[in-house]
Amino acid sequence: MNQRSLFGLLGLVIRRDLLLAMRRRADVLTTLIFFVMVVSLFPLGVGPELDMLRKMAPGVVWVAALLASMLSLGRMFSADYLDGTLEQMLLAPQSLSMLVLGKILAHWMLSGLPLVLMAPVLGLQFDMSPQALWVLILVLLLGTPILSMIGAIGAALTLGLRGGGVLVSLLVLPLCIPVLIFGTGAVEAVSTGMTIVPHVALLGALLLLALAFTPWVTAQALRISME
Amino acid sequence: MAINWFKYAAPATFYGLAGKMVPWFAVPAAILFVVGMYIGFFVAPADAVQSEAYRIIFIHVPASILSMFIYLIMAGYAAFGLIFNTRLSSMMATALAPTGALFAFISLWTGALWGKPMWGAWWVWDARLTSELILLFLYLGFIALQSSIDDSRRADRAGALLAIVGSVNVPIIYFSVKWWNTLHQGSTIKFTGTSMHIAMQQAMFVMLVACWLYVIAVTLVRVRSIILERERNAQWVSELNEVKL
Repeated sequence: MNQRSLFGLLGLVIRRDLLLAMRRRADVLTTLIFFVMVVSLFPLGVGPELDMLRKMAPGVVWVAALLASMLSLGRMFSADYLDGTLEQMLLAPQSLSMLVLGKILAHWMLSGLPLVLMAPVLGLQFDMSPQALWVLILVLLLGTPILSMIGAIGAALTLGLRGGGVLVSLLVLPLCIPVLIFGTGAVEAVSTGMTIVPHVALLGALLLLALAFTPWVTAQALRISME
Repeated sequence: MAINWFKYAAPATFYGLAGKMVPWFAVPAAILFVVGMYIGFFVAPADAVQSEAYRIIFIHVPASILSMFIYLIMAGYAAFGLIFNTRLSSMMATALAPTGALFAFISLWTGALWGKPMWGAWWVWDARLTSELILLFLYLGFIALQSSIDDSRRADRAGALLAIVGSVNVPIIYFSVKWWNTLHQGSTIKFTGTSMHIAMQQAMFVMLVACWLYVIAVTLVRVRSIILERERNAQWVSELNEVKL
């Protein structure tokens, strides 16, 4: 198979998943609304002092993004599993890793990207400086795909299990801790006047590492779950 | 002479062997535990800086070492079972997980008990404490995943994949937590004493060996139960003396 058809396949899977999601917009919106609500709850919980809010903003946004991405993980494979599409994907002669990568990217566009676009608005609620907001967008752009990729492994392993939704968070959340640390670290660095380069570089490294391995691991997990 | 290396890879033969091996690990574990406790409490002198409170290291340090070590062994067994499709390896991984989680918990618990008089706080967001806590989460995730899958073959393989992913992630988590902590504040907690007294070393070493033997004994007992549970319909199980009764 030549290279072009491999990327053609990727585009095909992404377009299909996006189309399916557009037919059921409520699912995408629910995740986004959940994200906005969780972030907005924090000032109500800890009090409206701007000094404190400014300090905790990156952490709050990141934890909310983490929880929101957990919420949408169940959707990644379950519909295809129930209607038998996933079985056909496993039988297809094309690389399953590539199909999985397509599904992961589509999942990110539907659950990660809206959060990235929404985050600056929420950041303003927390009185973040424009500089910090730009950094927040940058690290969210680098970090949210990693959440989708690590989450895909969990979603594939728990496919069709009872209580899969809670279980997947239990499996995936500990593995996401490095993303959380470097993501909040970069924003904190810029607000204290330090360089953000190490955090961003490490996040980029994690992204490349996840991009290289997680589609393949997820494919293996799907094979185990579908036997 | 041809040796059958795989004789004891079959659950049916290993069941008997494990039964014979258990006392050989359990009894020395008990003896060494008593010896280690005696040296730790009566022979080893009080610490110059921490006086008597330091004595918790005789259980804390072995528990911490083993909690990390068991995760690697568990992931190794699980990977072996996934690659070579040997059922016994996967059963060993399943049998090791609860003990690993127990030691991670003991390590955190004793650490908290020591931290209160020493640092004045039950919990500090120190890099080591945090990564030990995450290790406990990883154990719990492994156990939760395996126990929610009814098909034992799928449970083995799914657990194995998770354990492998976890073991790749452990160094990343450890270093990220370490850097996260040092970015906020310098390491305030260090073992500032001079080199350890010889009796302290002896007590800690004896306790480490005792805990290690305990892990082996307990794992063998647990793997025997798992074998019985999974092979309950096999001919050889119904012919066992303890089953016939």
